[in-house]
Order: sequence, then structure tokens, then C-alpha cells
Amino acid sequence: MTLALTAGLLIGGAVYLFLQREMFRIVLGFILLSHGVNLILFAAGGTHRRGEPLGGDLDPDVVADPLPQAFVLTAIVIAFSITVVMLVLAVAGRREDDTHDTVPDHLDDHPGYPEDQDGAAHPQSAPATGGQVAP
Amino acid sequence: MTGTLLALFVAVPLLSGGALIAIPHRTRLHQVALLTILALLTAGAVALVAATRDGTVLAHGIGAWPFGIAIPFVADTFSALMLTVTGLLSLVCAWFATLTQVGRTRYLAPTVLILVAGVNGGLLTGDIFNLFVFIEVMLLPSYALFVLAAPGRGGLRQIAGARLYITVNLLTSTLFLAGVALVYGVTGTVVLAELAGMAATDPTVAIAATVSLFALSIKAAVVPVHGWLARAYPSTSPAINALFSGLHTKVAIYAIYRIYAVMFDGDERYLWVGVVAFTLTMVIGVLGAVGESRGRTVLAFHMVSQIGYILMGVALFGPLGLTAGIFYLLHHMIVKASLFLSVGAVEVTHGTDRLGRVSGVARRDPVLAVAFFIAALSLAGIPPFSGFVAKYSLILASIDARQIAAAVAMVVVSLITLLSMLKIWSGMFWGRSEHAPDDDAAARVRPVPAAVGASGGADGTSDQAGAAPVPAARSTAAAGAVTGPATDAVVGRRVGLRLTMPALALAAITTTLGLGGEVLLSLAEVAAGNLADTTAYVEAVRGG
Repeated sequence: MTLALTAGLLIGGAVYLFLQREMFRIVLGFILLSHGVNLILFAAGGTHRRGEPLGGDLDPDVVADPLPQAFVLTAIVIAFSITVVMLVLAVAGRREDDTHDTVPDHLDDHPGYPEDQDGAAHPQSAPATGGQVAP
Repeated sequence: MTGTLLALFVAVPLLSGGALIAIPHRTRLHQVALLTILALLTAGAVALVAATRDGTVLAHGIGAWPFGIAIPFVADTFSALMLTVTGLLSLVCAWFATLTQVGRTRYLAPTVLILVAGVNGGLLTGDIFNLFVFIEVMLLPSYALFVLAAPGRGGLRQIAGARLYITVNLLTSTLFLAGVALVYGVTGTVVLAELAGMAATDPTVAIAATVSLFALSIKAAVVPVHGWLARAYPSTSPAINALFSGLHTKVAIYAIYRIYAVMFDGDERYLWVGVVAFTLTMVIGVLGAVGESRGRTVLAFHMVSQIGYILMGVALFGPLGLTAGIFYLLHHMIVKASLFLSVGAVEVTHGTDRLGRVSGVARRDPVLAVAFFIAALSLAGIPPFSGFVAKYSLILASIDARQIAAAVAMVVVSLITLLSMLKIWSGMFWGRSEHAPDDDAAARVRPVPAAVGASGGADGTSDQAGAAPVPAARSTAAAGAVTGPATDAVVGRRVGLRLTMPALALAAITTTLGLGGEVLLSLAEVAAGNLADTTAYVEAVRGG
């Protein structure tokens, strides 16, 4: 029961963070989410009927199941590496972070470059090309 | 070919990808190594098709551990066919990529090879936890490929797209993992052969497996969880977009076919859910494309629509439906990649795929126009191309299963698909040929450092930048923005034959498959037989 409640709490927190603005909060949400799912994996090993593999009694029916633990280990490594990639993406090009509605003050007077490669957002610049083709 | 060799499909690209990172970068060496290895893998997959064409199932427990402990690799006709087509597509798309800017970057070859290792592993594994691992092996290099760009050519749009792409994929993978955990919790195993038929008899297993299937449907972009695909894919570079279109969603579709066939035993009670969801996917996907004005976004929405068709095969189940679905899947991968490559060739040369900005391509590059035209007609399902065989057999299968509404939807959606293809045709290939705007090409050339390594300070925002005057880089640097034979001529720039060849090769394949559809159709029938009756699959894994 403790595991179920903890997993629920973690995943609830993750959903809350996903609904916030800004990439960094989403990354934090993913950290919570992956912990929550790892606890579900642990619980899948039947923690309520199995104990630590200590002492003389090593009956496979009552000692902890090693397989979900191996799963969790794999999942932790994967989640960790993707978290790093996401943090890089949260930093790289953060001025164009469309999960963020305001531009940080210290970047405000930075001379920007046109971002949209299609020129979709630049109706003003279209006539400058001659406008031979109606968009 | 014995089962022991199956591991090579993963080991060879994985190890060579690692080796290519380690050795110093020589563009030519990397490109030759990449294309050679991909060609070898494709050849191996063809041999595998030959070995399994009579319905034999090859299986091997990695490390020769006994059944239940070993990680099983299984190959039947379905996985062998998928390996062949994914191998072929990665070869053609890598060939295209070597002709564009991304081809000169250091990390293209290693990441593509690791991506292919993940795809092959996902297609071969007989264990749902390993499916999760291989999907991650496939996704991690994709995150790098998504933002891959030649130095100084990275666009912030790529990063914005990558944020969406990673967020959705990580959420989906985590959900899939939760489903695997639930399956393990109720059954005590994750090996598909041991789980065979369990979801059909035990509702708790069915619920647990449904969590995994739902996660896979997000990856496959089934309506109502399709929104990410059409927004994320067009923001990466054209070569990578074509590669992803052929490999990513298709592994998820393959897994849905496999899991539903093995774990659910094609349970008829749940099929109606699929019929409803996939009909909606067909209709909403194609309607989404109507309002779009960029070539690749239109194609991405069509991908959603076509995914509805492909998955309809599993929703109809039965030998007829499965055969049609598998044929459709293979046909679709080839045709879609061809379309992305021909529109991508235009974008690489002219710097934009916005319809109406580039016109008259058909006059300057008639060969490219032919390639696009063939693939577009094939997508819409016009004979004599493979799309006709695929759609016709799928419509027959749905009439046979008394899903008349679905059959009607298929015909109507085909017509709208044709209209959309005509829109790209008239907006890009038709029209006066003199006009070749360089406006968008200039927008690409910004003094922004390469995507991932970009220091945050050198960025702008799309909305604010719209008001700011475009830097003077426009006129002078425009010519430098593009690859291709005719970089110096801004007006009347030609795509050239070199960039056309990959799309043309795939268009030739769809024509061949249309004219000689019988061969592939009979192979798809064997594959469908293995899915409808999974005893051979289960026994091969138990024995191997």
C-alpha cells in the first residue's frame, strides 16, 4: 500500500508539473514520473509477499524478485540520460522556448534573428521579395 | 540461416556505430562505412525473408540461456519483411542525407547506425521489456539526429520541435514501461511466448497490456493522440524527417500487431475499439492536411491518416485483414519516404517547402516531378502502383468483415488524399518556372552556432523577430544556404539528378510492387498466417 500511495503521489506531482509553463518544470516532472513508474516496477515484483534475500532461507518464493530490480536499474539509466538531453534543450535556444510565455528581462534587448524558416510569421517581409507569388 | 545469427542485426550496427564515434572524422570514410553497413544489413534481411518465406520461425535465446531466462530474438516472415524494408529505407535516406548539409556532420553516421540497431532490435525481440529498451535505443540517437545540423546552420525551430518530440516520446516510453510493470505484476513474465493468449482469457492481463498498447498508439500517432507528429516532424531537417517517417512510427505499429496477435490472440471482443479509433484516424488525419500550407506538414498529416489504414488491418484481424494491413504497412513506408525525399530535395535546394513559394519545379526538374507524381498517386491508391493493391485488398477485407462504414471512409479519404497531393503538385511543381524566391533560404543562414551546442545568447524568438528587420545576410548568403549542384544560380535553381535519385529509386520500387504485387502479397499472407496462429511462434521460442 505504501508503494502504491507513493507512486500515486509522485505521478500526481509529475502531472502538476507538466501542466506548468517552462521546459525546466517539465523536466522536473519527468524526474518525478520516472521515479513513480520505477516504484510500480518494484511493486510488480510482489513486495508484499517477499522479503530481503538475507539469512539462510533462500526459498525463491519468499525472497525478493531480482528481475524487476534489474528492470528498474535499466529504466533509471535511460531516464537519467534523457533527462540530461532535455536539460540541454531547455537551455539551448531558451529564448524561443514556446512552453514559456515571457522572455527573460536580461535577454530582451538582444538583437534577434528571424526564427521561422518559412517566413510564415513575417507578413511584413513578404512584399520585400517581390511578391510574385501570392502566399 | 540459423537463429544464432539474428543477434548480428543488432550487434553489427551498434558496434560499428560506436567504432565510428571513436575514430577520427573523415567525411568520406564515415559515409562509405555507413552506406556499406546499411546495405549489408538489408542484404542480410533479404536472406532472412528467404529463410522464413514458408512460415518457419527462427528463434534464439541470447547467450544460450534456457527458455524463460534468456532474452529471445525471434524472426518470422513479418519481422523479416519489416527488417528488409526498414533496412532499405535507412539506406536510401542515409544516401540522401550524405548529399545534404547534415551528411558532412560528424555524428550522422554513428547516430543513424545506433538508430538502426534499435529498430532492428525492436523488430526482433520477443520480450516486451526488451522492446522498451530497444525503443529507447532507437529514440536516443533520434533526439540527436533531430537537432543535427551543419555547423552554423542549426535552426531554433529544430530545437523547439525536438522539445515537443522528446517530451512526447519520453512520456510515452514511461507509460509503456508502466504497462510492462503491470503485465509482469499480474503474470510474472515479460516474454511474449509465455504470455501467448493470456490477455484473451484473463481480463486483468488485458487491462495491463492495454496500458502498453495505448502507449504504443501514442507513438504510432493514432487519433486522438496524434497531434505531436504533425508538429514535430516538419521541424527537423528533410533527410532526417524522411528517415523517421520510415522507421519510428512503424516500429510502434509492428509492436501493436505483434502484441495484439500474441497476447490477445486476436480477441474479437475488443476489435470494435480499433475499428472506431482507426477510422477516426484516417478521417481526421486527412482533414488536418487540408488546412496546411507547408509541403512536409501536409505529408505528416497524411502519415497520420495512413496509419489509420495500416492499423485497420489489425482491427479487422482475420487472415484477409492482416494480409492487407501488412502489405499496406510495407507499401506505405516506401511511398511516404519517397514523398518526403522529393519534397525534401526541393526544400534543400530552394530553402523552403512552403507551397506557392517555389513553383515550376516540374519544368526545371522533370525527373523529380515524375518521382513525386508516382509516389503521390500511389499514396492516393491509383493503379498501377502499390497503393492500389494495398487499398483494394484492405477495402475487400473490411467488406468481408462487414465493416461497411470503414470501407466507405477508406474510399472517401483516398479522394481527399488525392486532392491534397494535387495541392502540393500545383503549389510546388506546377506553374511558372522563372520564379525562385531566395527569401527563405536567407532565413536559414543565420550566424547561429550548431543546434545543441548553441549558446543560449545567440537566439531570437519567432514572434518578436518577425517585427525586426531581417539581417543583411539575406541577399549575399542565400546562395550559400543550399546544397546541390546549382548553388550559384539563385534564379532557376535546379534540384539536379543527384538529389533526385533517392526519391526516384523508391518511386520505382512502388511501381514494381504495384505491377508485381503478387510476390509481396503472398509473403504478407504467410506473415499474416503466423500472426493469426501463433503456435509456430510460441514453439520456436520455447524450443530455441
